[in-house]
Amino acid sequence: MKYTKSHEWVDFIEEKKVRIGLSAHAVHQLGELVFVNLPEVDDELEAGESFGDAESIKAVSDIYSPVSGRVSAVNEEVLDNPALVNEAPESTWLIEVEEVSENEELLDEAEYKSFCESEA
Amino acid sequence: MDLKTRLYDKHLELGGQMVSYAKYQMPVQYPAGMLAEHMAVREAAGLFDVSHMGEFLLEGDRALEDLQRILSASFLKLAPEHVRYSLLCTESGYCIDDLLVYHLESNRYMLVVNAANHEKDYEHLCKQISPETKLTDISEACGLIALQGPKSKTILEKLIDPELLPSKNYTFKADLELCSARVLISRTGYTGEYGYEIYHDANDSLKLFEAILEAGHDEGLLPCGLGARDTLRLEAGMPLYGHEMSEEINPFEAGLDFAVKFSKPEFIGRDALLEMQEPKRKRVGLKVTSRGVLREEMPIFLPKSDEQVGVTTSGTFSPCLKTGIAMALVDHDKIDLATAFEVEVRGRRIPVEVVSLPFVHGKEVQC
Repeated sequence: MKYTKSHEWVDFIEEKKVRIGLSAHAVHQLGELVFVNLPEVDDELEAGESFGDAESIKAVSDIYSPVSGRVSAVNEEVLDNPALVNEAPESTWLIEVEEVSENEELLDEAEYKSFCESEA
Repeated sequence: MDLKTRLYDKHLELGGQMVSYAKYQMPVQYPAGMLAEHMAVREAAGLFDVSHMGEFLLEGDRALEDLQRILSASFLKLAPEHVRYSLLCTESGYCIDDLLVYHLESNRYMLVVNAANHEKDYEHLCKQISPETKLTDISEACGLIALQGPKSKTILEKLIDPELLPSKNYTFKADLELCSARVLISRTGYTGEYGYEIYHDANDSLKLFEAILEAGHDEGLLPCGLGARDTLRLEAGMPLYGHEMSEEINPFEAGLDFAVKFSKPEFIGRDALLEMQEPKRKRVGLKVTSRGVLREEMPIFLPKSDEQVGVTTSGTFSPCLKTGIAMALVDHDKIDLATAFEVEVRGRRIPVEVVSLPFVHGKEVQC
């Protein structure tokens, strides 16, 4: 599992296929999520561009794609029950992307942890 | 450097997430989270540290006369042990603050003001009072905790003789003994629910806060932060200074007509306020009819039109209605109940409808 500086996680489940979610750090900052807006299957994503947003009671945050590719699945359960993300942020994926061509700068867990500390 | 209330360490111990608000470090939420805290107040009870609020004493033979001249409401018929909401207006009729006036005893009043406006209120009052009137800022020494929700009476009755508690809304009892602390308890609050606000010597804050938490443990009482305080007051349709009223939004636009008493022949701002009685825009409630959360300062349009008719002043996700809600200022001639508008949320148009305030009514007290 890798992380972006915009606080998403990305998990390469195959060489050109990933699952994307929000880091525990980001979810803690947002608080309890009430809505998550996600793209649709077959939408094309560009690395570094916003593909959706997460709304909590107190704030809203854009979700940026760590990779370029095509959306192959959307986690419908999250749309119905965003609280799932709060319960287990790093095992609750939001979207699955195939045909991954390029990606943003990705950090490993230790790098991401020190990045979060430097931001605080 | 932010100030801390006497409960700062307690908030940390309870896992409170601290934020800076009106120069104070205050808990925005505890580990239960805003949703649970909000629902605890609607269904059981919640305990808030609101010691950041400002309190002033106004004393002297001309104290009443001064209140009549400086504030918008009338206090001639305000009996001792009663509380009244009022506005503090400039000569031009705009709001410096909104506040509560407690009639302690003859020639003696307590004013409770917003933390964010504390200093400018004090300066304004100093300039306006008669030389004989004594104004004392007791905010530092005065602690304030709010116990709110349908179970709050049951909880407090475990700690004090029920006969001693104030029963009617906007009344209070002073010089009560609660957990061997001297307190003033009023039937007031900022949630729309049955509840109390407990004024006390700040040295007793910790003792009182812990005793009430303990007494409420089996009743579902939760400590609540500023996050829940905001969503609760929004559902209750209660205005917040700087959002629904300000030095730019006049009292009639804010729908606070009841707090302006033209029967008084003279008070600061009266002439200007007389001209404001038929405002072009009015405060309304908006409810999202699809998905999305409204926030403050979002533009409001007629459906499928570029004609902007208003702007939101506060918005949130309503935990009770499970949808986005907002208070907004909208052109008066465009408002009818159930009128459909669109609010622009981050570049997208979201359909909303006009609803009557409050969004949520408080429950009857459970004894």
